[in-house]
Amino acid sequence: MKARYQHFRNYHQEQRLTKFRLLAAFLFVLVLSGVLIARLFFLQVVEHELYQTKADENRVMLVTEPPPRGLIYDRNGVVLADNRAIHSLTVIPERVKSFDELKLTLQNIIEISDAEWESFHNRLKEYRRPYQSITLKSQLTDEEWAKISVDLYKLDGVRVEDQLTRFYPHGEAFVHAIGYVGRITKKDLEKVDQQAYQGALFIGKTGVEGFYEDELFGSPGLSKVEVNARGRIMSELGRQNPTPGKDLHLHLDARLQQYAYDLLGDYVGSVVALDPSTGGVLALVSKPGFDPNWFVRGISSKNYSLLRNSPKLPLFNRALRGGYPPASTIKPFMALSGLEYGFASWSERYFAGGYYQINPGGRRYRDWKREGHGLIDLERSIIESVDTYYYQLAHKMGITPIHNFLSRFGFGQTTLLDLHGGSVGLLPSNEWKKAKYNEPWYTGDSLNIGIGQGYMVATPVQVAAATSALAGRGRYYQPRMVDTIGDESVNFEGAGEEKKIQLKDSRNWEKMVVAMKKVITDSKGTARRLQGTQYDIAGKTGTGQVFSLQEDEEYDADALAKKLHDHALFIGFAPAEKPKITVFAIFENGGKSSKPADLSKKLFDAYLYDDYPEKYNYLKGKAE
Amino acid sequence: MRGSLYSRALAFTNARLWQLTHIDVLLIGSLLLLIGGGLFVLYSASGQNEAMVERQVFRLGLGMLFCLALAQLPPKYMRRASPILFVFITMLLIGVLLFGVGAKGAQRWLSLPGGLRFQPSELMKIFMPMMIAWYFSDRPLPPSFKQILVVLVLIATPVLLIAKQPDLGTSLIVAVSGIFVLFLAGLGWRYILGAAALAPIAGYSLWQVMHDYQKQRVMTFLNPESDPLGSGWNIIQSKTAIGSGGVQGKGWLEGTQAQLDFLPESHTDFIIAVFAEEFGLIGCSVLILSYLLVIARGLYIAANAEDNYARLLAGSLTLTFFVYMFVNIGMVSGILPVVGVPLPLISYGGTSIITIMATFGILMSIQTHKRAR
Repeated sequence: MKARYQHFRNYHQEQRLTKFRLLAAFLFVLVLSGVLIARLFFLQVVEHELYQTKADENRVMLVTEPPPRGLIYDRNGVVLADNRAIHSLTVIPERVKSFDELKLTLQNIIEISDAEWESFHNRLKEYRRPYQSITLKSQLTDEEWAKISVDLYKLDGVRVEDQLTRFYPHGEAFVHAIGYVGRITKKDLEKVDQQAYQGALFIGKTGVEGFYEDELFGSPGLSKVEVNARGRIMSELGRQNPTPGKDLHLHLDARLQQYAYDLLGDYVGSVVALDPSTGGVLALVSKPGFDPNWFVRGISSKNYSLLRNSPKLPLFNRALRGGYPPASTIKPFMALSGLEYGFASWSERYFAGGYYQINPGGRRYRDWKREGHGLIDLERSIIESVDTYYYQLAHKMGITPIHNFLSRFGFGQTTLLDLHGGSVGLLPSNEWKKAKYNEPWYTGDSLNIGIGQGYMVATPVQVAAATSALAGRGRYYQPRMVDTIGDESVNFEGAGEEKKIQLKDSRNWEKMVVAMKKVITDSKGTARRLQGTQYDIAGKTGTGQVFSLQEDEEYDADALAKKLHDHALFIGFAPAEKPKITVFAIFENGGKSSKPADLSKKLFDAYLYDDYPEKYNYLKGKAE
Repeated sequence: MRGSLYSRALAFTNARLWQLTHIDVLLIGSLLLLIGGGLFVLYSASGQNEAMVERQVFRLGLGMLFCLALAQLPPKYMRRASPILFVFITMLLIGVLLFGVGAKGAQRWLSLPGGLRFQPSELMKIFMPMMIAWYFSDRPLPPSFKQILVVLVLIATPVLLIAKQPDLGTSLIVAVSGIFVLFLAGLGWRYILGAAALAPIAGYSLWQVMHDYQKQRVMTFLNPESDPLGSGWNIIQSKTAIGSGGVQGKGWLEGTQAQLDFLPESHTDFIIAVFAEEFGLIGCSVLILSYLLVIARGLYIAANAEDNYARLLAGSLTLTFFVYMFVNIGMVSGILPVVGVPLPLISYGGTSIITIMATFGILMSIQTHKRAR
């Protein structure tokens, strides 16, 4: 160590010092190289599987190929919901540098409306996979397609995609029955298998489209692809073809549906026609409707608010959700309940004056006929729709037996088997009123129920189903839209089975049908205008009060604004002996019941004898 | 067999022809091994871009010319020129800060007439050890405390200038190349241990002067998952590439991380990840051994050099070459923070290849200009 301070230099020792340091450095180099190798060993051997998985997750992507959606047919094979190939202009936002620039460039090629840009920017904010394209303009015309194709190579991220889109060829008359598909929203995705819906554009929103979404959708094809870091697909590693959705065959008769819709004319209303032997829905009309294709294409907010704010409520499905007082159409059911519990008989006579009073000198419950009907029996109470008869019957019975009996016909309970969103109406009871208003049930409440007014509310589907039970002499079917899915009959399990409504005296069914036939055939029948058919119709009219007449007020139809006119109703089935079709029809504010009665007769003629106006031939399908 | 091959190679090295041309066959041989392998990796890492490989070949050729030219220059001339070159380049570094042109927020270049650009910090990687070795060449070893202080000032001046550009990677390399000379000159162990003890404090002060993006890199290094799509992306993807390569690798041109562009900077600083993915642990071990071969030869040349200047310079240059490799592989494999240090001789890129090749020219000059014993 002393060498350090010597004046003369020991070169040999200096050399040894540096050599020693070089050796130390080399050992250090070896140790650090060992550290590197150890690190690589750790990554490449110990954690190899983790990183192998990560690398595969990076590069392998499952791309789902949406299956073609099942078609929807009516009972005669008429296509009600179709798939069409369209050319759409789509944009992959990740590959567009500036949307303003793109807008400028596109402006010179084809016209894209502000509304289309608006909905594009809205969809940009929604949930979306990275590099998934967004439709900018759908349904390009051939001319537009040709124009844009020429310049496509200049536009990065812009493509023309062939897509299958839903098309409803018969538009607004069918929308409340068929429903429609719309673009998938984030909310929709929460309810379905997200993997399966990757790449799908549409999902059934309402109607049959909504209820049978799973069957119609099918199962998507899967292709395993290799992508690069920018999401571009480099190669396909394997694939599984999509399974198309199943076709649905409905009970619906397209001609009947369209005819019924047209027969409502300018009125707001609803028609439900059923096959009483199956519960199949032959027609389900709610007017006004709207063109479901708007929702497929993506409805502009302007048009949507127009639909929403229309006073006629076109978006509202009256057949399924409309709560109407059944009015006098309830009378056959009331009569049967009186018979069932011994409060009424076919032979008993009753003097029907112009009004009914619970207590002498009390409130007068008026009959629709000011002078009354005279001495009548039960049958005549149906034929002439005698209100006072049903006031006294309801008075005698009280609400509980009425409630119990009407429940058996589905009032206050059932809705369509295979459509979502149906209302169950309201069949009031003691308990209901107590819970709702914290008030006891009054006798006057019962009187109103007796003529299908007051608290009672039923949907067209409910009344039609109950009427079908009359037609079927106690065979009750919950109404249903779909007959077969693919080649298989639809299975509703217990709910779809026939439910037998038992009467103590089953002859009452036939007697009630006879009474309802006389509603048409009797010279005083309220639907005598329907006479002259070669088959028998059994029916019952009704006029639902929109407002309450004061005790002594005269009904003056002309003086009232149309919206305060009574709802006009009719229930009926034909042929009365062996019914093939039941119809419920309501014209909102239609005034007299002649309108729905006439409509029903036309539907009977059409359905039973193929007596349609010629203009409906395009909806005939394979019907003989 | 191995032994005989080695001795035959040695005999070859001593052959008169190599002495005359001043070529060290073992060094050149192991360098060519690295370079050749590197070109294959670059072809893969660049997405089979032949033009890029051609440009790299051109650069390597240019570097080889520099290497061979420098090998002809006797070390004594280098020694004499050392202080002048060092001062000159230090002035240029000041010039860069004042008049330099930048790229990506850093000022590293000086514009020359004719559109050429010139990066003085790159030359400092060679002139720094030359300067310190010159300083010790006529002073007795080991250095005194006063000498150590002088040397530290000599090192710190250009290092701080380069760090200010900012170019952390290069300033680091320049610093260690000077410090290596000090170490080889016999810097007392107590200083070394003392410095190690002071490292945390130094680290803290370094943190204070670092730019935000440099701090970000360190943070990302400590926890790459904190920003998986931003600055953590590089390191996550490079670890994924390396790890998924496994023992045998996925095969040349078969690395999915590299070929599908998941790996950023795959042909420059992160090229080792491509190599590791495609050739696995076996390939990496062979690569590191090849580097060690070069380093071993360099240290051998240093140990047998004629005088202190040559010994210190050769040793420092060789060890600096190792630091390149270690820092690069260390950062790509996630044990060191990401600093911009290329994988020597393999990463695609201009100036560093030339300086590194020049380094080996100096080594060969030292080896082949010894007076006959």
